[in-house]
Amino acid sequence: MHKQKPLVRSIILGIVILIGMIIYGYGFNVTKVNFETTRSEKRLTQLSRIMRALAHPSIFVYEKEENKADVPIYLPCPKDSLPDYSPNKSGPYLVLTPKCAGPGETIYIEGYNLWPNTKGPINFVAFSGVNLTIGHLHTDANGYFNAKVQLPKRKPVDEAQMIRAISRRNIGNPRFSDVAISTWEKIIETVFLALLATTFGTMLAIPISFLAARNLMSDQKASLTNIAFSIISWPFGIIVGIRLSSLVDNILKKYFTDNNLVWNILGSVIGLTIIWFTIKTLFVSPTKDTNKNKTKYFHTISIILIALTSICTILICANLAITVGQSLIEPLGPIGFMGNFMSQLGDVINMIMPISVGLVTGGALSFVCGKISYHISNKMSPIMISITHTSSAIVAGTVIGAIIGNTIEWFYQLDNQIYTLIWPMIIGAIIGLIISVRTSPKYNMPIGYVSYYIVRTLLNATRSIEPLVMVIVFVVWVGIGPFAGSLALALHTIAALAKLYSEQVESIAPGPLEAVRATGANRLQTIVYAVIPQIIPPYISFTMYRWDINVRMSTIIGFAGGGGIGFLLQQNINLLDYRAASVQMLAIAIVVATMDYISAVIREKFV
Amino acid sequence: MLSIQNLTKIYDGKVLALDNVSFEVNKGEFLAIIGLSGSGKSTLLRCINRLIEPTSGQIIWNNLSITTSSQEEMRFIRRKIGMVFQHFNLVSRSKVITNVLSGRLGYINPTLSLINRFPQSDVELAIKQLERVGIADQAYKRADELSGGQQQRVGVARAMMQDPEMILADEPVASLDPVLAHSIMQYLEKLNKEEGVTILCSLHFLDLVHEYADRAIALNQGKLMFDGVPTEIDDKKFKNIYGQEAKRVG
Repeated sequence: MHKQKPLVRSIILGIVILIGMIIYGYGFNVTKVNFETTRSEKRLTQLSRIMRALAHPSIFVYEKEENKADVPIYLPCPKDSLPDYSPNKSGPYLVLTPKCAGPGETIYIEGYNLWPNTKGPINFVAFSGVNLTIGHLHTDANGYFNAKVQLPKRKPVDEAQMIRAISRRNIGNPRFSDVAISTWEKIIETVFLALLATTFGTMLAIPISFLAARNLMSDQKASLTNIAFSIISWPFGIIVGIRLSSLVDNILKKYFTDNNLVWNILGSVIGLTIIWFTIKTLFVSPTKDTNKNKTKYFHTISIILIALTSICTILICANLAITVGQSLIEPLGPIGFMGNFMSQLGDVINMIMPISVGLVTGGALSFVCGKISYHISNKMSPIMISITHTSSAIVAGTVIGAIIGNTIEWFYQLDNQIYTLIWPMIIGAIIGLIISVRTSPKYNMPIGYVSYYIVRTLLNATRSIEPLVMVIVFVVWVGIGPFAGSLALALHTIAALAKLYSEQVESIAPGPLEAVRATGANRLQTIVYAVIPQIIPPYISFTMYRWDINVRMSTIIGFAGGGGIGFLLQQNINLLDYRAASVQMLAIAIVVATMDYISAVIREKFV
Repeated sequence: MLSIQNLTKIYDGKVLALDNVSFEVNKGEFLAIIGLSGSGKSTLLRCINRLIEPTSGQIIWNNLSITTSSQEEMRFIRRKIGMVFQHFNLVSRSKVITNVLSGRLGYINPTLSLINRFPQSDVELAIKQLERVGIADQAYKRADELSGGQQQRVGVARAMMQDPEMILADEPVASLDPVLAHSIMQYLEKLNKEEGVTILCSLHFLDLVHEYADRAIALNQGKLMFDGVPTEIDDKKFKNIYGQEAKRVG
């Protein structure tokens, strides 16, 4: 590298400095930097007022008693002579100098016989009875004070008005202020909001993380025909599943009404027993017999029956939980919330039942169709194979096109079937055709990679939206409150944790995985025996870390209506009640610091 | 009987790991596979139970075609083929007994196995297998608390749990000292002689090959260079297998 001439170097340096100056100059302009405001006296007094208020969180309050001294004052001085006033010197009394003055003038007040070492306001009690605080008193050990006050600029009144000095002292022990009590309630709400969000988020993030782990997905391959059959059967299966579960639900509603406790209990017990025994006897591992057709049919029919029984049983159990839970709320008294918890769980099951049955049916149907296509293609002539190959790909493309079109229609309500149905279907069919022409029927498509990338993209997109923004949508959906906040946090937790988890899955030792696979374990068994033991420590560590984040996040999610302490904090800031806001800030600081510490301790134990 | 015909494996369409390998293994045979590191020994063993998908060729075992089996049929085949690894491949955070029991995963009720339920008879069998390899007292320790030799015994016990007809051992003694190496080889030999389990074992040291193997095959850069009785490996053949620069040790 050749050496630059000193002059050139200086010029370059000068230009760089100049550019830097311009950048920062513009930055100052845009961010409206103005240091003069920081020195302005008015703002400094405001600042010190706020800082002092923040330093005095109103956690404790005392019961107070008051000691008053009144003195009449004329505003302005009467034209004729001033009426005599001689205070009762045995009690507290005030002396004004001068005894009367014009509006806005300053007078000198002395007070005697008030309580020693107390504070309180000096009020101007107007003729109308309005109290105006015009100063503050601070008595000495003898109960004496003096103060200079400015009289209010009010309309002149002939009658005597009053100046009242009030000294206050605390009685009894301090007690928590209302602010402290409501802050306590809200901070508990906040911690549990974070806990629920973390729990639900984790529960969903774990299975998703397996889908987003490259090492688990990369060996998932299937032929195009197989994939096409699966794609075609998915939506169909979902529709069938949802129909099925609502049908079962309706039939059950006739016999297992909410208040028929005996039937509900009986139903769930019998159902659970049947399921348990079938699992024990039916799902044994493959023997040579399983390849015989007779056993296969028997197997399939029993699986369908067991699925139906499971749907019934789960629905009955859910109903049972709702019934029992509701009736427990009253008798349980202070722990009545457990009854509510139970019935809410039942309700959740009721709610997700159609969706999950739909998904399971869709999955099962697509699995079966994939199987069938595999078997057919083993027996067909080459021409038939390529015909199935091409046609199934085209149909699958059409189906995907229709789904995308429908989604567009739902969002944008174009009301034009040519754009939202016909064109997407045609484009999908063309893409299907192209793919089928470019691949041979025997080629195994890396379907695992495709789903890996889809899941990854969805996770990244979800993760990039802050929960503070997400909560706006949830507030519209479920109303202002902690429930909306926990849903928003849970959604963000799913995306964030699934990514962290999947990276942990990707970094596990591959040896145990192949060892367990070599024993003839199926995919789920491999995950349970080789993957899960390896990922438990990092999972716990990440979950704790996420709880930590969620606690911090939930303290401000209330700003957007998500419940928790943020709501209270925002309210007090808007009301300019800085002493109350200070209590909430303190509470947040304590909770966050504690969480930080606890999570660090737990994580250390597991890593 | 295991028959391997024209087996070829090309990784990512570039690296040729196995080049048209064909040989047969009789039931009850102890076959040693020798060759340099990277000569394709591990790939060959993993193709046999299809942990690695072969690119072309056929593997036929007990009249079943392994190469064309579906995933389900493959599970059925795999559970009869035990595997022992160089780095033991135990799940280090699980208990020893769980590691051994995982050898039964191909047999037991899949649904119940997901919640860690094994039949009592399997648990007893696992203890018995651990007794056979002499570490029954370590059954409830975590696998990573054991020494290397003990860990490999757990690996052997896991393979034995499968009630295997064949064991694929991928350099089972390469990370053990000579004394431990012999004890592990003796367990394999015992399985081979007493229960008639076919054993395919890749090995580095020729003295171990001479001592334990009935027959040896040799791979060099994915090609089959030798197939015969170990004593037939003379200096010329040795140089064919290990390259012209190689010298005999041990």
